[in-house]
Amino acid sequence: MVKRVLSSTALGRTGVSDWLVQRVSALIMLAYVVFMLGFYLGHSSIDFGTWHGLFASTWMRVFNVLLLLSVLGHAWIGIWTVLTDYVKCAYLRGTLQILIILGFLACLVWGIQIFWV
Amino acid sequence: MTNTHTIKFSVYRYDPEKDQEPYMQAMSLELPKGSDMMLLDALEYLKAQDQSLTFRRSCREGVCGSDGLNINGKNGLACMTHVSELKQPIVVRPLPGFPVIRDLVVDMTQFYRQYEAIQPYLINDNKTETKEFLQSPKDREELDGVYECILCACCSSSCPSFWWNPEKFIGPAGLLWAYRFIADTRDTATEQRLANLEDPYSLFRCRGIMNCVQVCPKGLNPTRAIGKIRSKLLQRAV
Ligand code: SF4
Ligand code: SF4
Ligand code: FES
Repeated sequence: MVKRVLSSTALGRTGVSDWLVQRVSALIMLAYVVFMLGFYLGHSSIDFGTWHGLFASTWMRVFNVLLLLSVLGHAWIGIWTVLTDYVKCAYLRGTLQILIILGFLACLVWGIQIFWV
Repeated sequence: MTNTHTIKFSVYRYDPEKDQEPYMQAMSLELPKGSDMMLLDALEYLKAQDQSLTFRRSCREGVCGSDGLNINGKNGLACMTHVSELKQPIVVRPLPGFPVIRDLVVDMTQFYRQYEAIQPYLINDNKTETKEFLQSPKDREELDGVYECILCACCSSSCPSFWWNPEKFIGPAGLLWAYRFIADTRDTATEQRLANLEDPYSLFRCRGIMNCVQVCPKGLNPTRAIGKIRSKLLQRAV
């Protein structure tokens, strides 16, 4: 039997979009790590004021939320791939997927609260 | 001093009508010192000792693709593998991940279905062409390293993505063939072919492990073909 999966629980509708999301999110995460290292090395002493100043700026908030979306999107596509490879029972796979999606949504809401509000 | 030496084998045996479960049978051959032969010939000698040993073969020269086997843990063609190059005992098993029919013979139905699904034939709507259908040497070059595939299944049978999702992932052999027709300048169904590959499984289950490249007895590179199709899919999407 040959099955072509036209709708699935991956992030995008096609493998192309998943593949792109995976690459772009990896670049964003890399940029974040490099930026943070740079910031850390560029300041001889970092106190609460320096951190607060950095995280209060609008562009840093955008960067943070972007990072959050990248981590969650990237992790979801990866986990979805592993689950569809190894968990053969559809009920168990579906349950695990729902649990993980709920967990990730909670992280998203909570993260945005931390970074933005 | 004897002038023969003994070659030891450990061969996978399973006859579903007799055996509860598969087992490995120790077998051996006496060969004149300094002589060599292909594993396929050795299997024929072993079959002369034990007529019940079953395997597929035809051309004995790497053309028909019948005798893909797992030899000392690596897939390859018995007719293109020198006995002298193998560590003993030579462990011979059927292709991994495929249902065993008997001994070294596997059921390739799923493999062929995926091959069939990529429409492995030239599609051309250009009805005005009545004579030969010529390609420029340069266009023809694009098919080198692709058209030589003999469908031995050594690659797909070594690919973990194909083991886990043989109904949904086309596998390296089928994808190599898909590229053979996508790259053919005489084929007019390129868009339809690409559209059939854009879902999350058919092509994108390839994780670039490159087992397929490592085992192909014809020295082909399915991973590169998959990469070329993926670039075409990306260009088409953005
Ligand atoms: S690509 Fe190579 S290993 Fe795979 S089926 Fe073709 S000839 Fe065999
Ligand atoms: S490169 Fe892709 S097709 Fe080849 S063995 Fe790895 S996952 Fe399979
Ligand atoms: S017998 Fe034909 S490829 Fe080995």
